[in-house]
Amino acid sequence: MKYPLTIAAIALAALMPPAEAAALRENGDPLASARWSEMQKAFLAGAPVLFDPRVKVVAPSTAENPMQVPVTVDATALPGVVEVVVFADFNPIVQVLRFFPEDAPAFLGFRVKLQQSTPVRAAVRTADGVWHVGGTWVNTVGGGCTAPSAAGGSKEWQQRLNEVSGRQWSEGPNAGRLRMRIVHPMDTGLVAGTPAFFLEEINFADAAGKRLMRVQTYEPVSENPVFTLQRTSADGPVEASGRDNNGNAFTARIAQ
Amino acid sequence: MKRLLCALLMLVAGQLGAVDFDYRLSPVEIARDVYAFIGKTEDFTTDNGGNIVNTAFIVAAQGVIVIDSGPSLRYGQQMRRAIAAVTNKPIALVINTHHHPDHFLGNQAFADVPIAALAETRNGIAADGNAFAENLFRMSGDWMKGTEVQLPGKTLNAGRLEVAGRSLRLVGLDGHTGADLVIVDETSGVVFAGDLAFNGRAPTTPHADVAHWLKALDQLEGVTREAGFKALLPGHGAPTSDAAPIRQTRAWLTWLTAAMRDAAKAGLDMNDVLARPLPAEFARLPVAASEYRRSVGHLFPAAEQEALGAKP
Ligand SMILES: [Zn+2]
Repeated sequence: MKYPLTIAAIALAALMPPAEAAALRENGDPLASARWSEMQKAFLAGAPVLFDPRVKVVAPSTAENPMQVPVTVDATALPGVVEVVVFADFNPIVQVLRFFPEDAPAFLGFRVKLQQSTPVRAAVRTADGVWHVGGTWVNTVGGGCTAPSAAGGSKEWQQRLNEVSGRQWSEGPNAGRLRMRIVHPMDTGLVAGTPAFFLEEINFADAAGKRLMRVQTYEPVSENPVFTLQRTSADGPVEASGRDNNGNAFTARIAQ
Repeated sequence: MKRLLCALLMLVAGQLGAVDFDYRLSPVEIARDVYAFIGKTEDFTTDNGGNIVNTAFIVAAQGVIVIDSGPSLRYGQQMRRAIAAVTNKPIALVINTHHHPDHFLGNQAFADVPIAALAETRNGIAADGNAFAENLFRMSGDWMKGTEVQLPGKTLNAGRLEVAGRSLRLVGLDGHTGADLVIVDETSGVVFAGDLAFNGRAPTTPHADVAHWLKALDQLEGVTREAGFKALLPGHGAPTSDAAPIRQTRAWLTWLTAAMRDAAKAGLDMNDVLARPLPAEFARLPVAASEYRRSVGHLFPAAEQEALGAKP
């Protein structure tokens, strides 16, 4: 192995397929970002860190529309996930969101605004206090015949703020999947004259009131956010509730 | 600032390639007195300088009618020289078929003659022109040097247009953008389709309303069935003597919208959709992979919204 691992990491590696175990490392950011140590200090200070291939962050290597970059975080291969922090090293607002998969698999899809080319990372804290880190580089360049996307539905939110739509899938290849869209401008506060106005918290609970997942969202999440979750069993409706930083609250039922 | 940075980056790229900024425009006579400059079926690059588009001109009795002006000032200037090598008649009119940058950013080279477009195209150029130009500076580099938006000063209406002793039929359609002008030159039988039709290249969709586009294609195909029809010049790709580019564009758009709708209905996330392989029939089209990626960004959110039961 390239880098010396701690006893805990060696024990962990023994449980993994050899290819994945070989990719485990405690030092040397695999994405070679100049801001990694800063990120580590800000989000993971004082805790053990492992770059772990079991934390999968899927995003296009080239973002055609930097206002709506799809990101999928899948840490379901990792047992005992408590918390997931998603951040983008070179974004003006680095922190994208945090989620706590309580009674749902550690899987979340969403879209994010990126200002420039940057790593997008997920740091996953397991019950033993170790942060497992995965990520991918996203380059933001223009595309052919493409414009900065037309400000789609720009005034929509004034009448339809926090309007939720969503669905669950109980059969087919995406059985157990839940997708939700919510109308919100998600203003970053970085545009002159427009104060920060964004969703801060979304909770997903099952029909019995048991929380499946708690999500803390920040300014970089894209306008009119769309989330994709995975349930272990699609069992009845899900209640989504939350609020933005101005105290506007919502509750909605996502039927099966 | 952004533009400066881009310009600097491109300066480096330009030096590497030792570019002479010559588009090597060579007119192809597609009918008597009707010529086209055929662009490459590629994406914008610092190698092609944005010469990925078709432009055209008609040598009419009393002057030259130019259809679209290309992606840059340099292109417009070189186009004008290439026209002058064919005829010494003056330019009577420049027409922009729609508000996409590769079709109007050469207007500056024709600032001394009337430039015309549909009203909505003029508005679109006024609203988005600078952002488009900045995007092309980023992709095509120093080829764009000196290029600025030159608005068409005249508004065209659908119907008959008498210009330079030629009678043109203007058909106002939409779907590729909010206003797509088709020009029918009945004297030669040439139909200038603009970007409603792509030939041998995947269509672009940044401002597309696909349902409208498909309707427009039906109308356009109707025009090619008229008695005098001789040739179709698509916005991108080779001219044809039949409606093949129309059918090809329709097939792509039909597949693309169905793919978006089905993916959204099946619960796919945007990353899942991006990861899907293209059917063989479409995968072999030039720039299919990159246009598909862009189109997912343009079209999937609406399909998703519908599948999730959100109000449009
Ligand atoms: Zn176009």
